[in-house]
Amino acid sequence: MLDVRQVTKIFGRKAAVDHVTFRVDGPAFVGIIGRSGAGKSTLLRMMNGLTPATGGEIIVEGRDILALRGSEARAWQSDCAMIFQQFNLVPRMDVVSNVLHGILNRRSTIQTVFNLWSRADIVQALAILDRLGIAEQAPKRAEALSGGQQQRVAIARALMQDPRIILADEPIASLDPMNAQIVMDTLKRINVEDGRMVIANLHTLDTARRYCDRVIGMRDGRVVFDGLPSQLTTGVARDIYGADAGFNEAATSTAIPTDHEADDQYAATMLA
Amino acid sequence: MSAPALAHVQTEYLALTRRRRIYGGLLLIVFVAIFVSGFRIADGRNAGGFWQGLHQIGDFPADLVREAIEKAANLPGHMIRAIPALIETLNIALVATLLGCILGLFLSLAATRGLAYWPRMVPVARRLSDIFRAIPEIVIALVLIFVLGGGPVPAVIAIAIHTAGAMGKLFSEVNENVDLKPVEGLASVGANWSQRMWLGVIPQVAPNYMSYSLLRLEINIRASAILGFVGAGGIGYELRNAMTFGQGKFDQAAAIFLLLFATIVLVDQLSASLRHRLTHGAPA
Repeated sequence: MLDVRQVTKIFGRKAAVDHVTFRVDGPAFVGIIGRSGAGKSTLLRMMNGLTPATGGEIIVEGRDILALRGSEARAWQSDCAMIFQQFNLVPRMDVVSNVLHGILNRRSTIQTVFNLWSRADIVQALAILDRLGIAEQAPKRAEALSGGQQQRVAIARALMQDPRIILADEPIASLDPMNAQIVMDTLKRINVEDGRMVIANLHTLDTARRYCDRVIGMRDGRVVFDGLPSQLTTGVARDIYGADAGFNEAATSTAIPTDHEADDQYAATMLA
Repeated sequence: MSAPALAHVQTEYLALTRRRRIYGGLLLIVFVAIFVSGFRIADGRNAGGFWQGLHQIGDFPADLVREAIEKAANLPGHMIRAIPALIETLNIALVATLLGCILGLFLSLAATRGLAYWPRMVPVARRLSDIFRAIPEIVIALVLIFVLGGGPVPAVIAIAIHTAGAMGKLFSEVNENVDLKPVEGLASVGANWSQRMWLGVIPQVAPNYMSYSLLRLEINIRASAILGFVGAGGIGYELRNAMTFGQGKFDQAAAIFLLLFATIVLVDQLSASLRHRLTHGAPA
């Protein structure tokens, strides 16, 4: 379904993405991990067509989407949704309008510039918002919403596109743990219920282990790990992040600990 | 969300869309109506009439270009002769822009809520820059020429006052979009107002200030040329003498136009590269 072959991106003289090759069949939830600058974002941006590739090809249903230009490239983009770290909504427009932007490619320019959406489109946008649990925010400006709500609006925009593939570039990196979980649960639901492929850049290992069917580790533009989340041991993680033995995952983990040692200690001091 | 609740949100939003469309449509109709009626009134009051005069609109430029081409050999000489006047005009514009922008900077800081040293004086600073902007520079120049006599100084003062008003407004709009976090950071280490402004605000707004100032410099070159028409000296004075009909000096006028055009292009190119350096840093 998605066949990435030898995809390369060179900025100046440095290869940001270096001959990356992998293949995803069917609606999997794929996580890409690696430290900042490993080329994760560039890879996703090339898949969507936001950044042109230097070399290689990405085959989807028999055609190389890296070779598409102009309206064909935009038609591909409308079929391959992208979710950003900073949500990338239009802050001064209301939530429903932002969701309706998902089908800009399929409506005429005049109609969209004057905001003349059909009733059916508006009803569909509201139904998607309702599915994500934020229908009551519909008439508000996007900028008035919290980060977690804005990211769900961005996911709604992606769903409006009715895409086969959803690319998520650090979708939870600017969210607090509670909202991060809501957003990741939403993405997982879309993946399972709708059967859409989700490829997400993630920066925490516990998130990758919990949500992904498959994890790809990148380092300096190359794929250095490709396997099941259960194979993602601390040793492998050290390799991916290029860290030494001092690397301790728990130090920066945003997961809320399940142990109650601290609680018990607190209770003991209070009871003493 | 329950089905009735969703239906409610849906009706509300659809009603909102309908309202917006009705208002938008009405606004468009009103706009077109005002535009058409305004044009008819203006055309009615016109001494000649718009439609009768329309075909003559190119006559003067055509005359000018024809005569300039006929006497093309004279153009370089005319240009060289006009250069001292051009330098005077440029100097007037430069000094006026510099003075006006410095005054405008203080006006803008005093007129921005959240940055002003005396928050109560914000409306005063705003009205002051309104007044500076409202008086046409040609009026100030005429009054000053009457009092101080002709020459570049009245022109500088006139343009600087107008510039200060305009920049006070534009700069304060830039200031309003400034990120207050660095200012708060400086306040947290005990910086005083001047330090907070100079070290926290100016670095953020400098590229914007610069591009507005350079745009203003272009406007002021033209303004200082116009003030030459009323006796402030410079290239405007030469242009007025050359442009008068029936003297056969259109080649001279064309030379001055070309010179002004070249100057504006030069300033534009210069300012573009300057702004680029300011926002992206010097080329390595």
